[in-house]
Amino acid sequence: MPSWPDAMAAGEPILSLQNLRHTYGERTVLSIASLHVAEGELLTLVGPSGAGKSTLLRLFNFLEGPAAGQICYRGAPYGVKTLPMDIRRRIATVFQRPMLLDMSVRRNVGYGLRLRGERDGRAQEDAALAAVGLSALADARARTLSGGEAQRVALARALVLEPEVLLLDEPTANLDPANVRLIEQIIATANRERGTTIVLVTHNVWQARRLAQRVAFLYDGELLEVAPAPDFFEHPQHPQTAAFLSGELVY
Amino acid sequence: MDTFLRGFAEAITLITGLDRNLVEIVALSLWVSGIALAVSVLMGLPLGMWLGLKRFRGRRLLVALIYTGMGLPPVVVGLSVYLFLSRQGPLGGLGWLFTPKAMIAAQVILALPLVAGFTMISVAAVPPELALQVRALGANTWQVPLTMLYEARNGVLAAIVAGFGAAISEVGSVMMVGGNIEHKTRVLTTAIVLETSKGDFALAIALGIILIAFAFSANWVLLHLQGRLEPRP
Repeated sequence: MPSWPDAMAAGEPILSLQNLRHTYGERTVLSIASLHVAEGELLTLVGPSGAGKSTLLRLFNFLEGPAAGQICYRGAPYGVKTLPMDIRRRIATVFQRPMLLDMSVRRNVGYGLRLRGERDGRAQEDAALAAVGLSALADARARTLSGGEAQRVALARALVLEPEVLLLDEPTANLDPANVRLIEQIIATANRERGTTIVLVTHNVWQARRLAQRVAFLYDGELLEVAPAPDFFEHPQHPQTAAFLSGELVY
Repeated sequence: MDTFLRGFAEAITLITGLDRNLVEIVALSLWVSGIALAVSVLMGLPLGMWLGLKRFRGRRLLVALIYTGMGLPPVVVGLSVYLFLSRQGPLGGLGWLFTPKAMIAAQVILALPLVAGFTMISVAAVPPELALQVRALGANTWQVPLTMLYEARNGVLAAIVAGFGAAISEVGSVMMVGGNIEHKTRVLTTAIVLETSKGDFALAIALGIILIAFAFSANWVLLHLQGRLEPRP
C-alpha cells in the first residue's frame, strides 16, 4: 500500500528517513517511504498497539539501525555506530517506563549532565525539578516515588539536557488524570517556550488532539497518513485513519 | 572450657602485644589474599559483566564452567596447582611451588569464579531496558556498562566479599602448594591448623580472632563503599 505523502512542516527537517524498512527476524515491522520531522515542531505518532511506533522512536534515537533505508539528522545520514557522540547527545528519549536509577531524585535528574562531564549541575537540576513540580522530593530515593512522580523525574532528566529533539514513548500510559495533565503541560511548555522538537508516541487520540501540531498515523508498520493536526482530525484522508479516530478500527 | 579461657586470655596478650610471629603471619596472609582478590576482581568483574550483559554462542558453556568453579573442592585445586607447578609439571620452570605465588594462584582459582559468577548474576538482574534508556540519555560505550554495574552494586559488592572470604579462609590448597613453611608461606589458616595440632591453643585462638576480624572489617568497608560507584565521564 503506498504511503501518503509526508506533509512537510514549515521548518527545516531535523530528523528524516527515506525508504526505511525494519525487520525482526523474517517479520517486517516498519516500511516507510519517507517521514520528516521539522525543527521546533511537535509531531505525534499515533496508531494501534503493535503498529511500530516505539520501534520508529528507537530508530530516530539511533538506538537500532534499520534493515534498509536511511535516517538523517539535519540532512546527514547516520547509523548506530557512525553517529557521533555529540549528535547522539542532542537527542533524548523518555520511555513508557521511567527506568530511574537507584539513587536520589536529584542525582537521577543530573545523571545525563554528569555523563557529559558537567561537575556542577545543581542549578540546572533545581530548575528541571521545579519545572516538573518535584523540588520538594529532590533528596528522596527515586525508587520510592509513585508512577506519576517517577515519570516526571524521567522527563526532568531528559529536559535538563536541553535536547534539540525529545522523543517520548507513551509517557503518560497508565497514569492518573492529574499526572497526565501535568506531563502534557511540561511537554507543551518545552516545545513552545524552549523550541524543543518533540516526537510523541501515543495511542491516545485525545492526547494527540491536545498536543500535536502534526500527526502521523502508523498502522501495521506502514505510515498511512501524515497531516497537520486540524486536517488529520477533521478531514482524515485514509479510511483506516477515520476508523481509528472514530474508535471503529479493529486490530 | 578452662583451656579455652586460658587460650583466649593469652591470645589477647599476643594481639595487644603485637607478637612478632603473629604480625608476620597476619602480614603474609593479607599480602597473599589481597593480591589474589585484586587479580580475581580485575579479571572477574569484566568477565562477569560480559557474561551478564551479552548474549553470544558458547555463553551457556562458559556460565556452566563458572558455576562449576564456584563450587570447586579446594583440595582438588591444591592438587592441580601442585601438579602444574611441581618440577615435572608444565609450569614447573616458574619455581613457584612452596612460595606465596603458588598460594596466590590457588586462591585466585577459588575466588575468581565466585567474583565472576556473582557479578554475572547481579548484572543480568538489572532490566535490559535500562541500558537502552541510559544510551538514550547519551551514555557512551563505557558509561553504559558502568551504569549497569552501579545498579548491580549490592550484588557486585557481595561478589567481592565472597571472593575475599574464599581467599583469606582457604586452608587445604594453600597448605598443599605453600607447604606452611615458617617465615615463608605460613598464613593465618595454615598456622591455626599447625598450632591446634601442636596443642598451642593461645596462638591458634589469636589467629582465629584476627581471621574473623578481617572478614568482618572487609564486609564493613565494602558496605560503606555502596553509593560511591557512580560512573564518571
